[in-house]
Amino acid sequence: MQTPTPERSELMQTLFGRLSLDAIPYHEPILLATFAVTALIGLALVVWITRARAWGWLWRDWFCSIDHKKIGVMYMILALVMLLRGFADAIMMRLQQAMAFGDAMGYLPPHHYDQIFTAHGVIMIFFVAMPFVTGLMNYVVPLQIGARDVAFPFLNNFSFWMTVVGALLVMTSLFIGEFSTAGWLAYPPLSGADYSPGVGMDYYIWALQIAGVGTLLSGVNLIVTIVKMRAPGMTLMKMPVFTWTSLCTNVLIVAAFPVLTAVLVLLSLDRYADTNFFTNDFGGNPMMYVNLIWIWGHPEVYILILPLFGVFSEVVSTFSGKRLFGYTSMVYATVVITILSYLVWLHHFFTMGSGASVNSFFGITTMIISIPTGAKMFNWLFTMYRGRIRFELPMLWTMGFMFTFVIGGMTGVLLAVPPADFVLHNSLFLIAHFHNVIIGGVVFGVFAGISYWFPKVFGYHLDKFWGKVSFWCWQIGFLFAFMPLYVLGLMGVTRRVSHFEDPSLQPWFIAAAFGAVLVGAGILASLIQFYVSYKRRAELRVVGGDPWDARTLEWSTSSPPPEYNFAFTPRVHEVDAWWDMKRNGYVRPTSGFLAIHMPKGTAAGITLAGISLVFGFAMIWHIWWLAGLSFAGLIGAAIAHTFNYDRDYHIPADEVTRSEDAYTRALAAQEA
Amino acid sequence: MSATAHAPTLAGDASRFYLREEHHPQNGTLLGFWLYLMSDCLIFAVLFAMYGVVGSNYAAGPAPKDLFDLELVALNTAMLLFSSITYGFAMLEMARNRVRPTLIWLAITGLFGLAFLGIELYEFHHLIHEGAGPQRSAFLSAFFTLVGTHGLHVSFGIVWLVVLMAQVKKHGLTGANRRRLSCLSLFWHFLDVIWIGVFTYVYLMGVLR
Repeated sequence: MQTPTPERSELMQTLFGRLSLDAIPYHEPILLATFAVTALIGLALVVWITRARAWGWLWRDWFCSIDHKKIGVMYMILALVMLLRGFADAIMMRLQQAMAFGDAMGYLPPHHYDQIFTAHGVIMIFFVAMPFVTGLMNYVVPLQIGARDVAFPFLNNFSFWMTVVGALLVMTSLFIGEFSTAGWLAYPPLSGADYSPGVGMDYYIWALQIAGVGTLLSGVNLIVTIVKMRAPGMTLMKMPVFTWTSLCTNVLIVAAFPVLTAVLVLLSLDRYADTNFFTNDFGGNPMMYVNLIWIWGHPEVYILILPLFGVFSEVVSTFSGKRLFGYTSMVYATVVITILSYLVWLHHFFTMGSGASVNSFFGITTMIISIPTGAKMFNWLFTMYRGRIRFELPMLWTMGFMFTFVIGGMTGVLLAVPPADFVLHNSLFLIAHFHNVIIGGVVFGVFAGISYWFPKVFGYHLDKFWGKVSFWCWQIGFLFAFMPLYVLGLMGVTRRVSHFEDPSLQPWFIAAAFGAVLVGAGILASLIQFYVSYKRRAELRVVGGDPWDARTLEWSTSSPPPEYNFAFTPRVHEVDAWWDMKRNGYVRPTSGFLAIHMPKGTAAGITLAGISLVFGFAMIWHIWWLAGLSFAGLIGAAIAHTFNYDRDYHIPADEVTRSEDAYTRALAAQEA
Repeated sequence: MSATAHAPTLAGDASRFYLREEHHPQNGTLLGFWLYLMSDCLIFAVLFAMYGVVGSNYAAGPAPKDLFDLELVALNTAMLLFSSITYGFAMLEMARNRVRPTLIWLAITGLFGLAFLGIELYEFHHLIHEGAGPQRSAFLSAFFTLVGTHGLHVSFGIVWLVVLMAQVKKHGLTGANRRRLSCLSLFWHFLDVIWIGVFTYVYLMGVLR
């Protein structure tokens, strides 16, 4: 598909690089159908937006917006859309593995199967879990610390669009060319030019590089926001736990993502410039890649889980009606996990053969991580102990997490024992383990967070019935989908296999496929939940800003919060600042508003990201003239942006007064 | 459930709960830029580690001893160190609020930077001409990538310097421009520090090996 045919003229080669009509997979019915459906949905969306005359509004109020709340929401939407794609990959794999035994080869050719498991991993980590987490942090952190926006609002918008470009490149690979077949971490020499000459690997590299720029910048942005922009009185040990875990996550992002960037650059050089970093000959060292990628990769999983530990902390204390048990130990546990997460990377390849001493060191550090994590678990349990627990949706997800995550944690400690790992390495046991902690921890946490903050963001509750359906489908579906994989893994079945000979394994795979279908029902129920809640928004309306009787500052604003978040910057005296305000006679100010200084929206972010998309595509297809042109354009546009000094404005006091008065009237109407 | 729904237990002293005047949080640009620099430092850390691991894998090709011309590298190092001193002078002039001298020192800094790049390109050209290009061995791949990445940073710094000079000329030493000059100053000195590492670890220790 990729090697240019000899009769291809030099001109065509120069103009289009490796790109030709052969790159369109019209001979593959599955891809064709997917393309048709995607195109139809896209077309319907375009028609709908055009008929609603919403393009201008969408562009001005959303795409160019530097409001952290809107960017947060856009991150969540991106993640939801990509979750559907990632799940489609998952269920295709489950079906294939349930079918392909003995003579039956299943419906996916191996080459296609390889792309699917690679895409599934890449999408779920980079374009589902990361945007979910970043979206939550973006929305909630500035509100929790009493700030009006993040430290660098423009960068925030730019970061978001760079993440979108990464996702777009992965999606493009579905219909133009192919995706990588080398697994989600692309180990060389398989991912090198000799064994993966096609465009798939290059799609992988450029999607991650471009999205990685966004992630790194948003990490810097949120650290500075948390360090510099807290409301007066909010000392570090009075920060809400979610803000603490966000801080630690962003420290990890800044400490880990440059390593990913660098290692992918080295891999690209091997592929594009024939260097010998990770090759088998000329002194290259493929294991160096594995080390480096896991020096990023292990902190990455803590980048994903830490913010959700924060979500669970907020949810547990709110719905138990109690202060969080052991706030200080919670903070220290988070910090210790942050540090330790950097010292365990080698447990991903004990089988490399670094020797008993090295393996023991990394085995022990890995086991030590379970101590602060266990401490957290007990803190949540003790918070619930003798609390007045309300079984709302966020609490349901949180309890599902506590049950599920503990199993995943224990199998993790098992895998941390090097001799055991020699047996279980690369087996389905490992697959079951990390899905156990990622679904049980990250996904459940994201749903807890969504159902917790949804009324804050949109001003109405999520429908409880469909939420419960979704929760139980996920919970039971998860057990069905992954418990069999533990068993299969113990029996020695390895990962990434598209066909089996031993028919005795089949029942377990069928059970797992059933579990995946249940999880699919859970996702569907979530979508129905969003739709139903939107339809019933009048009756689900939240008038006061604080529907859960919660404890932190974001609940002191109206729902949804005004553009400027706080008409007056709050003063903080306790960890649970809003709880303190409610208990000590806080009266909402209704007059004396001042003009508020705010950053201006800009199209620079989406422009730069758009040029990056062209650049990435040109690099993937070796269209050098376009790559050079778009790179020059990128630098030019960035420089042009720096000549814009007119970046802020004031919301006039009248306007603040108007919007605050409207809220006052709404509150009065509710009480009447 | 809302705030007003609770009967106030004690007469609320408003100033306990919020600021009546506008709150101006500290500007975080310098902290943010520091964080960016540290992340960049990690990229160099990876390149140094890579060099450390494969730096003696010559694949039966040339070794540092056969390739490096220390006198040339010393000259190159001097160019970069001088450029840092002159950037310092530019910052001193900025502190005195004098636009023209600031611009002149910035221009001199840029010229030293260009000289550094010129010598580096000459060295690269020479090596490739001798058949010691980045494809020859893992050692040379790591060498070209580490030194080249530093060089790319210097090139980027020069582009930035020129842009800033235009902006200072246009708008004067405004608050925003001072902040930008401080950031570039951090960046420029940071590249110096990295170069000290390259000079010591790659060139000096390389010739010893």
